[in-house]
Amino acid sequence: MPPIESRNEPAIELINVSRRFLSPQGKSFATLNDFNLSVAKGEFIALVGPTGCGKSTTLNLITGLGKPSSGEVRVMGQRVQGIDPQIGFVFQADALFPWRTVLENVIAGPLFRGEARKDATLRGQDWINRVGLSAFEGHYPHQLSGGMRKRVALAQTFINRPKILLMDEPFSALDVQTRVQMHEELLGLWSEAKASVVFVTHDLEEAIGLADKVYVLTSRPATIKSVHKIDIPRPRLISEIRYDKKFIDLSRLIWRDLKEEVQSSYSAAEGL
Amino acid sequence: MSAISIKDGSITYAPGTSDAEIEAAARNAARIRSVQVVVWRLVVLAVLLGSWEISARNVWIDSFFYSFPSEIIVRLWEFIWEGSDGVSLWVHLYYTLTAALIGFLLGSLAGIVSGIALGRNRMLSDIFSIYIKVLNAIPRVVLAPIFILMLGFGLASKVAVAFVMVFFIVFANAFQGVREADRAMIANAQILGASNWQLTRSVIIPSAMSWIIASLHLSFSFAIVGAIVGEFIGSNKGIGHVIQLARGLHDVPLMFAAIIVVLVVVLAAEYVMTLIEHRLVKWRPPPASDAQA
Repeated sequence: MPPIESRNEPAIELINVSRRFLSPQGKSFATLNDFNLSVAKGEFIALVGPTGCGKSTTLNLITGLGKPSSGEVRVMGQRVQGIDPQIGFVFQADALFPWRTVLENVIAGPLFRGEARKDATLRGQDWINRVGLSAFEGHYPHQLSGGMRKRVALAQTFINRPKILLMDEPFSALDVQTRVQMHEELLGLWSEAKASVVFVTHDLEEAIGLADKVYVLTSRPATIKSVHKIDIPRPRLISEIRYDKKFIDLSRLIWRDLKEEVQSSYSAAEGL
Repeated sequence: MSAISIKDGSITYAPGTSDAEIEAAARNAARIRSVQVVVWRLVVLAVLLGSWEISARNVWIDSFFYSFPSEIIVRLWEFIWEGSDGVSLWVHLYYTLTAALIGFLLGSLAGIVSGIALGRNRMLSDIFSIYIKVLNAIPRVVLAPIFILMLGFGLASKVAVAFVMVFFIVFANAFQGVREADRAMIANAQILGASNWQLTRSVIIPSAMSWIIASLHLSFSFAIVGAIVGEFIGSNKGIGHVIQLARGLHDVPLMFAAIIVVLVVVLAAEYVMTLIEHRLVKWRPPPASDAQA
């Protein structure tokens, strides 16, 4: 590993970040206000908060697809300028290319980045194998189930060897059984890749099951309401730990925080 | 009758019927149904043509203007084998199709390129959208006489008419297709490392493709309309010229015969276009009814 790794700066830093939008009527409003967040290398954090509080905005700022209105976003100690190649993103919506086969989808990243097709194909086949889809290499996305499409999306992201993995409610469209399966698969891939993860979700159990730390955000404009360290040892078996006493206590604690914010965001919406 | 009945997709059968029997009955029912459809189509055609023929023979309608189906078929036969005006049908057809095809190719190419360029560039589209709207408001056929004056009686003027017929349809669809490209998919490609050009080539164009192809379907018949309108206004060959000449001679059967020729050509082109479409968008899910299995 290059020496940069040994420097102890965080993988992701948001320093006093604000993000303002213009409404179609030309009014300016903030989704983030003086927001601070720091994610250590290899750390898995989850962001939970009421709907529309600015979780996705936060991820967008980290990717460089969006720019902060004020403040600074740093990735691996560098100020974010444009899209950082060390970042991988798994979307909530189906973002696969429907006109490409599974293999072509998985190797899209390496090909975009100028890797030779032969090498990319070999690595692609390896990743498809790791997510258990070897038999479906030549299939098109519409021929796969929702869970299989998510696996393709994971392979498509992981093949780029991201140092930072951003996930925007990636499994929210899946049924419960598939979701738990995907959680375990994700943790497996993550423990090998040693990436820092920011995982946005509505689902508290998902957040607690996966993350090292759970951040509860306030309703808009988002600030951090509380941080909860999840000291459940790894490797975790998602399907088992949900019956753990510690898990249940944490759920209750975090839910209490979250509930207040959900209610205040409801009353704010009613006030409009 | 057998114990199995299949009606509107729901199957009822006596207890103990095997799957093989049900499948055989279903195949049989499907075959009977498709034969019924063909028979009824022929009946509709026979009734339409028959009542036309009878009305003309009994002078309920003036056969001088309406002609008879039988006479049209005879005239079509002559047209195919002897041509008209001393020129073979194939020569006429060749002229019309050449103009239509060149106009179609140039028009759709220009439409696709400018649709994608304007769809990808907000500034360009803000500047040019007003002009495109204005030009689009001109009924295309009124340009035909102008093109004849500018470009003469030859091929170029017909190509020009076909071109303007095609361009706006394809442009509008390509533009819309680019605009409708999925946001998440674009962001995904960018984060995976796509440059601007790679994004256009491997995300924007493929996702606009179904819009573009849908417009190509429609616009080939428009290209033929353009070529024929051009020939109406001024030409010495082509199907449009034949119709124009037949009108002057009150040769109504020949006009209908020429229309039938055009109709066959357009249907054939549609068929070819469908084949191309299936090749180009083989990744698309089949229609819901086939996907059931």
